[in-house]
Amino acid sequence: MNGSAITASGLRKTFGRQVVLDGIDLDVPAGSIFSLLGPNGAGKTTTVNLLTTLMQADGGTARVAGHDIAAETKAVRKAIGVTGQFAAVDELLTGRENLRLMADLKRVPDADRVVTGLLERFDLADAAPKLAATYSGGMRRKLDLAMTLVGRPQIIFLDEPTTGLDPRSRRTMWDIVRELVADGVTIFLTTQYLDEADQLAGRIAVLDHGRIVAHGSPAELKRQVRGNHVRLRFPDHTQLEAAAGILPDATRDEHDLTLRVPGDSDVRSLRALLDRLDTHGIAIEEFAVHTPDLDDVFLALTGRPTAEVTQ
Amino acid sequence: MSAVTDSAIMLRRNFKHTLRNPVTVFNAVLFPIVMALMFVYVLGGAFDVGVKYINYVTPGLIIMAVSYGLGATATAVNADMTTGIINRFKAMDVSRAAVLTGHVVETTLRAVVAVAAIVGVAFAMGFRPAASPVDWLAAAGLVVLLAFAASWLTVALGLAAKSAESAGLGTVPLIMLPFLSSAFSPAGTMATGVKQFAEYQPFTPIIETLRGLLTGTPSTGTALAAVAWCAGIGLAGYLWALRSFKRRA
Repeated sequence: MNGSAITASGLRKTFGRQVVLDGIDLDVPAGSIFSLLGPNGAGKTTTVNLLTTLMQADGGTARVAGHDIAAETKAVRKAIGVTGQFAAVDELLTGRENLRLMADLKRVPDADRVVTGLLERFDLADAAPKLAATYSGGMRRKLDLAMTLVGRPQIIFLDEPTTGLDPRSRRTMWDIVRELVADGVTIFLTTQYLDEADQLAGRIAVLDHGRIVAHGSPAELKRQVRGNHVRLRFPDHTQLEAAAGILPDATRDEHDLTLRVPGDSDVRSLRALLDRLDTHGIAIEEFAVHTPDLDDVFLALTGRPTAEVTQ
Repeated sequence: MSAVTDSAIMLRRNFKHTLRNPVTVFNAVLFPIVMALMFVYVLGGAFDVGVKYINYVTPGLIIMAVSYGLGATATAVNADMTTGIINRFKAMDVSRAAVLTGHVVETTLRAVVAVAAIVGVAFAMGFRPAASPVDWLAAAGLVVLLAFAASWLTVALGLAAKSAESAGLGTVPLIMLPFLSSAFSPAGTMATGVKQFAEYQPFTPIIETLRGLLTGTPSTGTALAAVAWCAGIGLAGYLWALRSFKRRA
C-alpha cells in the first residue's frame, strides 16, 4: 500500500458548547507509526473516535484506507483495528474464546489456526483457557491488542496503549508495535508520554486544546525548540560570579552554584566556551550538555510543562 | 444474512456468560422453583381459591419464571455498554443490532427453559391441567411472546441505566408485578386500591389467559388484552432500546 493511510482536513467536533476538536489536519503515510501526542483532555480520544467511525464529525472530512469516514463507514470498519484506552475484552470469556469471537465476527477462515497463532505470539498460550477476568493488566492489554489484530487490519488505532502499564509491559507493547509496522501495518498511536512518541513514531503531531500546535519527526520537533544549553557547576560563589561576569547570556542558580549557558552543543562551540573560562582561570566542577527532549518541545509549544498538564 | 449470523455469534457469547454465572442460573431457573414450593406447601394451604391451589397457581408461577430471569439480562446489557466491549463491536463491520438481538433471544430462550422446569415441577406437585394440545400450543405461544416482549423492555432498561446495579434494580418492578396480580390469589380478595391495580395491570390478563388455556376455557376478550399488552410492551421496549442504544453506543 502506497501513499496516505489516513488523511484528515479541518476535522471538528463539539460537545454542546465545548469545542473539543477545532479543525484538525492529518496526513499519515501508509506503513508508518504516527503519534498524536497531547495531555489529557487535548482531544486525542475524540480524534480516534472520529477516525474509527465511533463518532460523527461536526465538520471537516477524513479518509481512512482511502474511504470517507462519513460516507463509507462499512469499508473503513473493514480496514481498521482499534484498541481503546480501556481494555475491551470480554471478562466472562476465556482468552481463546475472546479471540474466537473476533474471528467469527470477522468471518476469518481457518479461525482455529489464527487464534492459536495469536495466543502464541502474545505469550498467552498458557492463559488461553482461563477467563479474561483473571488476567493481569498487562495480559489484558495484550489480549486486547491480539483481538484487534484478528483478520489482519491494514490500519491499527492504539489509544494510549501503555497508560497504566508497568515499565516491563510497556516495553513489550513497544516491541509489538514495532513488529506490526515491520509487517507493513500503519499505526495511529495516541499517547501522553513523550518518550513513547519519541521511541516509536516516525511522525508526531502535538495536540493541545483541540488544535495541532506542531508536527514533524521527533528530531524536527526538537529542532524547533531552542533548548540546547550547557550546564556548568562551580566549586564556590567567587568562581560563579567570575564566570557569570564573562557569560552575560547565562542564567545563574546561586543555590546550586550553576550556570545555564544557552548555545549550540557541537564540539567547536563547547571547546570555545571551555577555553574562554580557562583563560580567565575559572575552575569548573561539573559540566553537562543538555539537548532538548520532547518535554522542552511541549513546554515551548503549549507554554506549560508536561508534568503539570498530565497530572 | 450477515446480521443474522452476527446475532447468532452474539447469542452464543451470551449463552456462555449465562452458563458461567451461577447466580443467573439460580435466579432464572431455581428461584422460581423455590417460590413454587413455598407458595404451594407453605402459603397455599391458607388460600381458598375454589380449586386445587397448584392448579390455580401454576400460570402465575410460569409468569414469575419469565420475570425472574430478566434482572441478569439488564445487568449484562449494561455491562456491555460500560466495559468498552461495545466500542470494539461498533468499530468492526458487525451489525449493531446484533448485540441487542443476541441478548433478547438469549433471555427468551432462558425463559423457555425456566418455564419448562417450573411446569415439570408443577406436574410433580400434582398439577393436572385440562388443556388440549392446541391449548398447550397457544399457552406456549403466549409465554414466548411475553418473554420476547419483556426481554426488549429489559434490554432498554439495561441501556438506560447508569450502572449495572441500577440496571438490575430497574427490573424489580417487572418481578414485583406478578405478586400484585391474580397470580397467587384472586384479585377479588385484595384490598380496594390493590384490587383495582391488579385488575388493570398487564400481568393479570396474561395470567388469566394462561389459566384459561391450561385449566378451563379462555375468554377471547382477556386473550386479546393479553396479546395486546405483550405487543405494546415489546414495541415500547424495542423503540426505547433503539433510542438508548443510538444515544449511548
